[in-house]
Amino acid sequence: MEKDKSRELLRLLEEDSRLTAEQLAKLLGTTKEDVEQTIKRLQDEKVIVKYPALINWERVDDHPYVTAMIDVKVTPKRDVGFDEVAKRITRFPEVKAVYLMSGASYDLSVVLEGKTLHEVANFVSQKLATLDSVVSTATHFILKRYKHDGIALDDQDDDQRMVVTP
Amino acid sequence: MTQSQPKSRLAKTVDSLKPSGIRRFFDLAASMEGVISLGVGEPDFVTPWRVREACISSLERGYTAYTSNAGLLSLRKEIDHYLQDRFSLHYNPETEMLITVGASEAIDIALRAILNPGDEVLVVEPCYVSYEPVIRLAGGVPVFLHTTAENNFKLTAEELEEKISRKTKAIIFCYPNNPTGSTMTHEEWEQLLPIIKRYDLLVLSDEIYAELTFAKRHESIASLPGMKERTILISGFSKAFAMTGWRLGYICAPPDLLTGMLKIHQYTMLCAPSMVQMAAIEALKYGMDDVDRMVESYKQRRNFMVEALCEIGLACHQPEGAFYVFPSIASTGLTASEFAERLLLEEKVAVVPGDVFGDSGRDHIRCSYATSLAQLEEAMERMGRFVKRLSQS
Repeated sequence: MEKDKSRELLRLLEEDSRLTAEQLAKLLGTTKEDVEQTIKRLQDEKVIVKYPALINWERVDDHPYVTAMIDVKVTPKRDVGFDEVAKRITRFPEVKAVYLMSGASYDLSVVLEGKTLHEVANFVSQKLATLDSVVSTATHFILKRYKHDGIALDDQDDDQRMVVTP
Repeated sequence: MTQSQPKSRLAKTVDSLKPSGIRRFFDLAASMEGVISLGVGEPDFVTPWRVREACISSLERGYTAYTSNAGLLSLRKEIDHYLQDRFSLHYNPETEMLITVGASEAIDIALRAILNPGDEVLVVEPCYVSYEPVIRLAGGVPVFLHTTAENNFKLTAEELEEKISRKTKAIIFCYPNNPTGSTMTHEEWEQLLPIIKRYDLLVLSDEIYAELTFAKRHESIASLPGMKERTILISGFSKAFAMTGWRLGYICAPPDLLTGMLKIHQYTMLCAPSMVQMAAIEALKYGMDDVDRMVESYKQRRNFMVEALCEIGLACHQPEGAFYVFPSIASTGLTASEFAERLLLEEKVAVVPGDVFGDSGRDHIRCSYATSLAQLEEAMERMGRFVKRLSQS
């Protein structure tokens, strides 16, 4: 599959990862085999990393999660810079995202998920703040999600058009 | 005394206009539940937010007055940049451009500006349903040029030359085409241009679908040698930017013709809505990525539809533009109207019978694929079931 078409394939999957190889082949005007081979290659190259569903947990009645964004200031280390401490933080399963930031008064932005405020606070004080290179932390709790990964969570998408138009 | 029919109070021209064939279908489909519609001639995208936001902001800032008759000069300048960039066309924003209330108004005033009573206008079938009535309302006489599926619904030089008479004033083209999705290549235009020039015809080129091409960039007839001076280029924002309800179009034409159209426009419309013109500037300046994204999605669905129709057994040429496929239903033995009506009643899928777009569209149906993939899949499954039943009975 040529480069332009494989980018198109990636955009389709990013929008809906449940499209089958057959559907993708029809949309792209190619064969099912071509799609399967390309997807396999993209997976091997770690371009496609995973196929998760985007879930609005706030709609699950007893959803027990709180999410916090934590600004972490660290002292970079010779030779490894920020990578070593970032990787260390990444290993905790309750950590959902870790980014190195520019232009802020902190260095790493860490997204953390826990069952209760207490659990998150505990993680920050026990695990994060105690790491050697961590200088300081500031924890912000997320109150409500309006949009996540480019998708507005409460969007109505009713078709307002008339049934037949010229 | 015998009782006579009450005399119509309407003008003869209006009284004799046929109601649109689409109307009957709309009424039938609208009265049913669970219908999947492939009958919608407009994008399934909502206007990009940045464009909507620009309109809201212009209202907040108080842009609520008339603009100049020809439309905001800043918008006309932006259209000129856009046409140069996308189609290598250049028009003088001050003397060769006019902003209209949709391409529909543009077609109307263009015809009214050029036709004398009895002048003939050539119309390539199958075509958009408005051309014929608008020509008649302008006092002209439509003359239909036939095209065939074998020729991908493209006009041949023979057919063109045969229908030209002493009274022929103009010809209307619409490529990419509604309802067939056909486009014209450079070579195909070259067959027609010598004839158009020899008989000194004006060309009314409806290029509302110009952005929606899949194989290569649209080529405007106005950009071909010697054509700009005889072409009235009509386009608008509806299809490219998913702005159908906003009603905004434009005309580019030689100054003498434009002056005539501007007269009609200033007396009948005054100007296009100012806040919509403000939104259109935003669309042209920053909306091209949105256009590209939508075109990619149409192309994918076009691919899907052509393959699905072939699997069902309905012959279908590969359309290179717009968002319609126009398969033949001749193999089913039904007329287009019978097919469309039974498909709607038996399987609840709405399509538009091809003869609505002129006699050349007979034996075809127009399916719009401007709807979600899930809906298209379901519609194709239902249509497949329907066609299979027909072949077994």
